[in-house]
Amino acid sequence: MGLRRGHRARPGEWIVEKLIQGVGLSTIGLMVLILVFVGREALPVLLGRVNTALVQPILPSKDIDSIPRDALRSYLELSTTQFDDMDRETLLALMEAREEGFRDIPEAFRADPDAQVNTAHWRHLVLPRRWTGYTQPGFVWQPVGTIHKYNLVPLVVGSLKVTLVGLLFAVPLSLGAALYVSQLAPVRVREWVKPAIELLAGIPSVVLGVFCLLVLSGALQSLLGYQFRLNAFVAGIGLGLTAVPLIFTIAEDSLTSVPRGYVQASLALGASPWQAAWQIVLPAALPGVVAATLLGFGRCLGETMVVLMASGNASTLSWSLFDSTRSMTATIAAEMAEAVSGGGHYRMLFLLGTLLFVISFVTNLLGDRIVRRLRRRLEGRA
Amino acid sequence: MLGIVLTGLATLVLLTLLGALLTSVLSGGIPAFSWRFVSTIPRKDFFDVESAAILPMIVGTTLRVLIMTVFVMPFGVVTAVYLSEYADPASPFTRWIRSAISNIAGVPSIVFGLFGLGFFVNFLGRGLDAVSGVGTPELGRPSLLWASLTLAVMTLPVVIVATEESLRSIPPGLREASLALGSTKLQTVWRIVLPQALPGILTGGILAVGRAAGEVAPILFTGAAYYTAELPGRLTDQFMDLGYHVYVLATQSPNVDQTAPILYATVLALLFLTLSLNAGAILLRSRLRRNQRDAA
Repeated sequence: MGLRRGHRARPGEWIVEKLIQGVGLSTIGLMVLILVFVGREALPVLLGRVNTALVQPILPSKDIDSIPRDALRSYLELSTTQFDDMDRETLLALMEAREEGFRDIPEAFRADPDAQVNTAHWRHLVLPRRWTGYTQPGFVWQPVGTIHKYNLVPLVVGSLKVTLVGLLFAVPLSLGAALYVSQLAPVRVREWVKPAIELLAGIPSVVLGVFCLLVLSGALQSLLGYQFRLNAFVAGIGLGLTAVPLIFTIAEDSLTSVPRGYVQASLALGASPWQAAWQIVLPAALPGVVAATLLGFGRCLGETMVVLMASGNASTLSWSLFDSTRSMTATIAAEMAEAVSGGGHYRMLFLLGTLLFVISFVTNLLGDRIVRRLRRRLEGRA
Repeated sequence: MLGIVLTGLATLVLLTLLGALLTSVLSGGIPAFSWRFVSTIPRKDFFDVESAAILPMIVGTTLRVLIMTVFVMPFGVVTAVYLSEYADPASPFTRWIRSAISNIAGVPSIVFGLFGLGFFVNFLGRGLDAVSGVGTPELGRPSLLWASLTLAVMTLPVVIVATEESLRSIPPGLREASLALGSTKLQTVWRIVLPQALPGILTGGILAVGRAAGEVAPILFTGAAYYTAELPGRLTDQFMDLGYHVYVLATQSPNVDQTAPILYATVLALLFLTLSLNAGAILLRSRLRRNQRDAA
């Protein structure tokens, strides 16, 4: 009690303690910083200021003196400081570069209706469109070639597919193993099985990706006989393996911290060890188990290397689990190297990153609330 | 009965998969593993089995992890000290700090890579270049420094949680005795509490290092390079990395069967690093808990 009642520190120590407090509070700032600097690059897309249309209205450079300053500045996509810094010669050169860029567009594309479209407009990010060369409207992510297509739907669906498989694989296995190790196994078995499964946590996701790519994919294909060797199913199993140590450790911890008295009382009343574990201990440990599952979900959604190596990376929309698929995370990792810094593709990848951040933030928040409510109900205070 | 069988089966499945992974890595990698493999510099063609080697990757990984430790440990320990010793548990700020920590822990690793690119490389790096007036970008490009800082941000929650756990396990009686004998709060923290918590802090550091050594996604755009001619000598150099090399060998090999041995040997090196760090941390932690239980 006396430790927390507050104290008056000497001046030198007061400064140090204020610094400690500052560092503590700066973790909040750090999280804000992450959101700001990932979202900053994506902001122009969200605000509708990015126009990736191939064919854009061209202002003739000979009219440079008759165009209002503001119109010229926004046409050349410069900031106010940049614009003020430049003299007439530079501005003229920029306008001529634009004209030349327009002349460089191959004839075939100028007539193409797709060339007039701003592919970064939100409509094309989420709604289908029948692009030139396709027989029907579709959701297309294809940031290569002359006309980049940035629909996010195939990527989001890809992420969801692999996460679903991952959770379906990891949650039953981890919870089952946690239940076994914590409640049902003999002590000697527990002593080496628990560290062995937690050893899985020390295996980097790159290594699990290699294992999936070289070993599991072939084995699963010969077992189940589907067409594509690398697909959402294989990647999902790999994801599940990365999530298993997380779910197992937390679930096992919370199962073990249920008071032994509960178990002993139920055994004394005639229950079998299994009944005690399934009907008494598991419900009592529910907050921890739910927290573990949510963390596993976050891990699966955010995992990059396994999906990059094992999912096939075809960015087409498909609901089948056995089709080659591409997730949001793998897209960022694979395409960032080719994206021109500051260009439309670059901003789209940052938009994906912002989306991932927001999803993980919301999941975390919801998870906290659910776990808190479960805990309160458990303690009889709901 | 059925329940025990099912859950036992689940455990068995997991252990089997783990065993399969370790056997395939060991059986595939040990033949290609040699002293020459870990101590020489490879030629630019990574897929030439004769000249394959991973010394620069080991150096790169070790350097970035060491630099990360320099940044993450002070920051993480001080935050944990604040949360454990000074923060008011009822205050909303404390709740926000804990929420921020658990949120940072949940951010996908590739988003950290984007953060490193957008903040450290583009904002800080280019800003510092502009301030110092050099013509060519020195700091405004991917480098060892920015990759290490990105990893420091990523592993911060690990250090904070481990440190806080060890601080919390110190009996309050110790602090009270110190205060009763006339020390100030800061003196108590600095001379009594922190030294007691040192093993736990060490555990946190080892866990952070183990986690960071295996991560590839955050360093993809912040410092890892496909090939560097020399070993990284300055903070502004790019570096080669074990995990990234594994990825390159696995996905860009012209002949997968032929290069499989060097792939598995590299995986072996990486696994050796991360597993021994993880195992070390777990052993340390269980010994700590046993000591405390005996002492209490």
